[in-house]
Amino acid sequence: MSDLDPKDELVTHLPALRAFALSLTRNRAAADDMMQDTVLKAWSNMDKFTPGTNMRAWLFTILRNNFYTSRRKLNREVADIDNVFSDKMSVKPDHDGRLQMMDFKEAFDQLPDEQREALILVGVSGFSYEDAGNMCGVATGTMKSRVNRARNRLTELLHLDEDEALELTDSATMAVVGSPGLPS
Amino acid sequence: MASQEDPKKARIAKYIDENLKQVFADLEGDDMPDQIVDLLSVLRAQDEELKATKK
Repeated sequence: MSDLDPKDELVTHLPALRAFALSLTRNRAAADDMMQDTVLKAWSNMDKFTPGTNMRAWLFTILRNNFYTSRRKLNREVADIDNVFSDKMSVKPDHDGRLQMMDFKEAFDQLPDEQREALILVGVSGFSYEDAGNMCGVATGTMKSRVNRARNRLTELLHLDEDEALELTDSATMAVVGSPGLPS
Repeated sequence: MASQEDPKKARIAKYIDENLKQVFADLEGDDMPDQIVDLLSVLRAQDEELKATKK
């Protein structure tokens, strides 16, 4: 349990919240608008947050509910994709590595929203299947199935099941992601 | 998560997660947008005002 005042604790989660918003919307302007709404809602409803529970999960839940509500209202994707992930890797030291990482990001962008979200919550943020399921309002089994489908789709798109692919990609990717101080 | 009986699947899952974590870490390192920094300032100022009026 954090000793911080909840509003101070909220601020510590903002970088992760923004990364989550970007991964859902894939558009900087939309992500920032969504984040602004989330911060406002969380701040004004801080009395509803139960101390000792997971604030990051609470914030992610508010943000994803905003996202899906907006998407339903618009009856389409909330905004055009602006290659926000690819932008992160605009200048890199290793040509092959760059291509491999771009492939990875482009493949990730092709996943349906629910599968991207599932991978981010479980694979990146470390939430259990049960917690992630609760956050998304689905059963644990559904969350497992989304994560599996997402990994299977990425495996297919990136040909990761070919024996050489992973070795080659591993070294090429590490040439990129292992380089400190990359420009954003 | 892939089962222990399927090491190749587990390795692929690990590869995917590691790549995504790196992308996520890069995004987390971005500067906070001005609109969020400004919003926090406004919210904190409002809280201070509220506190002052309650005194």
